[in-house]
Amino acid sequence: MSLTHYMRAMLGIIGRELWRFITQRERFISALVRPLVWLFVFAAGFRAALGLAIAPPYDTYILYEVYITPGLCGMIQLFNGMQSSLSMVYDREMGSMRLLMVAPLPRWFLLLSKLLAGTGVSILQVYVFLLIAYMYEIEAPWQGYFLLLPALMLTGLMLGALGLLLSSFIKQLENFAGVMNFVIFPMFFMSTALYPLWKLKESSKILYALASYNPFSQAVELIRFALYGQLNHYALAYTLVTFILFSSIAIVGYSPSKGMMARKGIG
Amino acid sequence: MSNTVALSIENLRFAYQGKLALDDVSFTINASDFTFLLGPNGAGKSTLFALITRLYDCREGKIALNGFDIKQQTRKALATLGIVFQQTTLDVDLTVQQNLHYHAALYGMSRKLAKSRIQEELERLAMFERRSEKVAKLNGGHKRRVEIARALLHKPSILLLDEPTVGLDVQSRVAIVEYIHYLTAHEQLAVLWASHLLDEIYSTDQVLVMHKGKIKAKGHREQIVAMTKTKDINTAFAQLTQGELS
Repeated sequence: MSLTHYMRAMLGIIGRELWRFITQRERFISALVRPLVWLFVFAAGFRAALGLAIAPPYDTYILYEVYITPGLCGMIQLFNGMQSSLSMVYDREMGSMRLLMVAPLPRWFLLLSKLLAGTGVSILQVYVFLLIAYMYEIEAPWQGYFLLLPALMLTGLMLGALGLLLSSFIKQLENFAGVMNFVIFPMFFMSTALYPLWKLKESSKILYALASYNPFSQAVELIRFALYGQLNHYALAYTLVTFILFSSIAIVGYSPSKGMMARKGIG
Repeated sequence: MSNTVALSIENLRFAYQGKLALDDVSFTINASDFTFLLGPNGAGKSTLFALITRLYDCREGKIALNGFDIKQQTRKALATLGIVFQQTTLDVDLTVQQNLHYHAALYGMSRKLAKSRIQEELERLAMFERRSEKVAKLNGGHKRRVEIARALLHKPSILLLDEPTVGLDVQSRVAIVEYIHYLTAHEQLAVLWASHLLDEIYSTDQVLVMHKGKIKAKGHREQIVAMTKTKDINTAFAQLTQGELS
């Protein structure tokens, strides 16, 4: 198998995913509506209730809308990661995942390509969201928008790998709805997306600990710092390690010899 | 008939959660052979397909495709295989040619080669005119034709078809059965066709009767009828599977 074969296959998988996303207008709109409602309704309402002290990466007092924007970028990627794993459970039930799995390429490569494809879609959504936020005068330094790209790549891959991991454990779609509630909401609310860690510490030590170890918090911090032209080393290392961990388990999960595939029976 | 072994299965055993799904299955398929895998639902046909395509690992026994061991030389083995799954695996939101281009990319074909192969295969199945239509608009028979074209795109030497005619009208069924037989006769394709529709068997086909994970009988239709001392393949099949035809 040549390198060209690998490249063609990866581009094929990414192209298919992007094309599907662009042509499914409802999916595009609903992916944007969710964070925009949080931004325009929730954040606007809470602006007065929440006072935020100056803390890095911000060097001045900021509005609450400004604070939650990176968290909402993370939210887009979190939903996208879960949604693409939902589509994998669906694909597996419908059979198109089988088509991918029998291609003459290593399975880890096919799964990684699928992850990259999902991440590409989420990055597209984040930039459209940031453009709308910009028009609402939530502006970041211009270099932040460029630095954000590699950060989004990594956070998207990490959250996608988490979804992939979950999809390898879930046998049927019905079980997935429960997991959405048990994964997405706890991850989102127990993170730094909506409130900074020090605020959480004031109210609950346990919540503070949970939020600190939550990989989604670190993903949000990586995005937040990148958007303001800075690199948060701890968040970068944490996100990288969790990505490697989640994707390794997911690859084992999809392996024909080791994993959960053999236990599931023929779908 | 050619003597080149395309697919070889030796002493295959497979169990799900302690329940035996395949028990000591062995057979070979040569190039140009049309092998009809006959069995009621739950006989182990889909499990066998999942093992040949390495969706699952075979822990006991051996599977080789064109001499390539599916466990040791997975990618080389899979590159020689074309598959039509029981459930449709086309993306209904994409057009016919987009679906085929996606498959071509997975098999590492260049855009130019893919384009000419897509035209070739679709023309043979009288689907070229409909290449720009979304798959969602096609009827069941046409979707199946596209899936067959797709499975042949990379010129495999073995074609697996899992119940490919279920749910189709008689005309579509006959056309598909005839076309696949044509490919075995003229293009040396080795075919493994799983079905429980007995009227699709030709007298030249090799028939494997499978029941509860075991191969109960092997041979041509007439040989199986003679072996079971019955009047036709229907009664022979009923006898071999103890009336569990479904």
